[in-house]
Amino acid sequence: MNKRWEVFQHSSDYRFTPYIMAGDPCEEATIELSLALEQCGAHALELGVPYSDPLADGPVIQRAGMRGLAQNMNLEKTVKLVSKLRERGLKIPVIIFTYYNLLLQLGENRFLKLAEDSGVDGVLVPDLPYEESGYLQKMCSEHNLALISLVSPTTREEKLVRLSSEAEGFLYCISSLGVTGIRSEFRAGLDDFLKAAKQNCRVPVLVGFGLSTREQIQQFDGSSDGFIVGSAIVKKIEELESDLLTNREEAIKTFKSYIESLLPVYSR
Amino acid sequence: MTTATVPDNRGRYGVFGGKYVPETIMFALEELETAFDEAIQDREFNELFQRELAIYSGRPTPLTKADRLSESNGGASIYLKREDLNHTGAHKINNAIGQALLAVRMGKKKIIAETGAGQHGVAAATVAAKYGLSCKVYMGKEDIRRQALNVFRMKLLGAEVIEVTSGSQTLKDATNEAIREWVAAVEDTFYLIGSAVGPYPYPKMVKQFQQVIGYETESQFKEIQKGKLPDAVVACVGGGSNAIGMFAPFIEKDVPLYGVEAAGMGVETAHHAATLSKGSNGVIHGSLTKLLQTSEGQITEPYSISAGLDYPGIGPEHAYLHETKRVTYEAVTDEEALHALKLLCENEGILCALESAHAVAYSLKLAKEMQKDQHIVVCLSGRGDKDVHTLMEFEEGGE
Repeated sequence: MNKRWEVFQHSSDYRFTPYIMAGDPCEEATIELSLALEQCGAHALELGVPYSDPLADGPVIQRAGMRGLAQNMNLEKTVKLVSKLRERGLKIPVIIFTYYNLLLQLGENRFLKLAEDSGVDGVLVPDLPYEESGYLQKMCSEHNLALISLVSPTTREEKLVRLSSEAEGFLYCISSLGVTGIRSEFRAGLDDFLKAAKQNCRVPVLVGFGLSTREQIQQFDGSSDGFIVGSAIVKKIEELESDLLTNREEAIKTFKSYIESLLPVYSR
Repeated sequence: MTTATVPDNRGRYGVFGGKYVPETIMFALEELETAFDEAIQDREFNELFQRELAIYSGRPTPLTKADRLSESNGGASIYLKREDLNHTGAHKINNAIGQALLAVRMGKKKIIAETGAGQHGVAAATVAAKYGLSCKVYMGKEDIRRQALNVFRMKLLGAEVIEVTSGSQTLKDATNEAIREWVAAVEDTFYLIGSAVGPYPYPKMVKQFQQVIGYETESQFKEIQKGKLPDAVVACVGGGSNAIGMFAPFIEKDVPLYGVEAAGMGVETAHHAATLSKGSNGVIHGSLTKLLQTSEGQITEPYSISAGLDYPGIGPEHAYLHETKRVTYEAVTDEEALHALKLLCENEGILCALESAHAVAYSLKLAKEMQKDQHIVVCLSGRGDKDVHTLMEFEEGGE
């Protein structure tokens, strides 16, 4: 476990982990948005990689991926973007969120070496379940990267025990069935699921998928150690697209006040 | 031969296959695998499946000798396995019946399906009506425009057709969307995949429900040719369900097998669907297989005049049979397929699907290199009524 993960894990805050798409709407905007998120109190950052066939994502993140693709953003450039973020002073753990095919084409070994050298802390592959992840898991530990595990309310009990006890970085608990996207309601019995996930887990348990308001986020404080917000933030970036390209300073200001409105008051 | 050992217990065909899906649906794949393995061990289930194939779809389909076509072409004689004579006009119904019976057995009341040209969508809507299931069919906006007739048929059968506007708005995106819906509704919904693709156990299951094509062919051919096996077997390959079903009984036997992909405007152009000839290893729709993609791993849009072959991936067992060289995969252009379709029409009075015409085109080439006393069996996977509009457009455009 590296220094950045140590700080993350020892934090007593209700941890905020935002997701944004690399290259949306352009590389420099991604850098400034990342720094803004850290200034607003983000404890870690998930950086998505644009992909033609994102089958775990809803329409908001699909559109962000299309904008990223239009900027010719790819996995290699996303990883290299992280070293630029480090040069610009970003201190929180960064997790690369990539579909497996992109990893395969770049080459798992090449990716891992590049990621380690660029200051990446973790990898999350939404279409690589535990059963298929043996090799990547082994290679990630050799390169000091956390392979983030996702667990779902449909995950069987014995598998939940195994995944939560072996989790590194943090354990990602999916709040509801379905793809990423803003939701007005969550699954009944979610608290029990989170409780079960926490039971055997040595790392913080984060809840994600569908969270878009301060009220929703506060609802899980107590049953989880942190939260992930993706689609709601990406949607705000979509709204600010033209300003992020031409009037960035103003756009970042608006973005920061949006993030502040989203966060529970005590987490800053 | 090594094929007897695939798939292994992890759902692998060599390096191909597997389950590359979100964690949320992993339990559903396990549940499906268990239910499927139990069902195919159950004599009652198998008898029910065979009976439905007979009295609902009209099986066995005939094996027709194409006398005039073979004569005018020269070389080996050509036999046609008439999957076009199935209910709903293609082999797709075999698999749809099998999966629907499994869905009923598992107590699922809702099915979802993806479709490109609409043939699998129609088959899914048909079995949903027959077995009293609700049915949602995901179809790309572009395909809905091109295949208005099949869209109407599905609605007539009581299915809901959902327009997919993501990505390139065709089959690959419709499949993504069906998987997304499955992830959301996995607890009470059965995903009825139309081809020998997708995460394990789908490739195995689709083969099981399509292998009736090959087994019927084998016994029909043996009866005509006094116990002999064909000298070659040819089938078209998009995702590869008719081909894997046709090849199934012959894989372990000494019979040359040929899969025919769509070369579209030519494999040397950017407009083809020749996944095995031009693709590379990657993951699509939950399976590691060959696919058409950029060097960075973005999946590219294939092209073929035949909507059923217009798919950037291929079933993992075909990728394996290609790699082990057990099956020879060739590619046939739009133009060659159209020419073969016309020859079959004019010489045999059979209008086949554009997909099947690719297999016919290659068998005509192959026959010329073979002896007069040799025999080729071609899987005529579907009828061509659905393609009349495309054929008219092409004729008008060509003149």
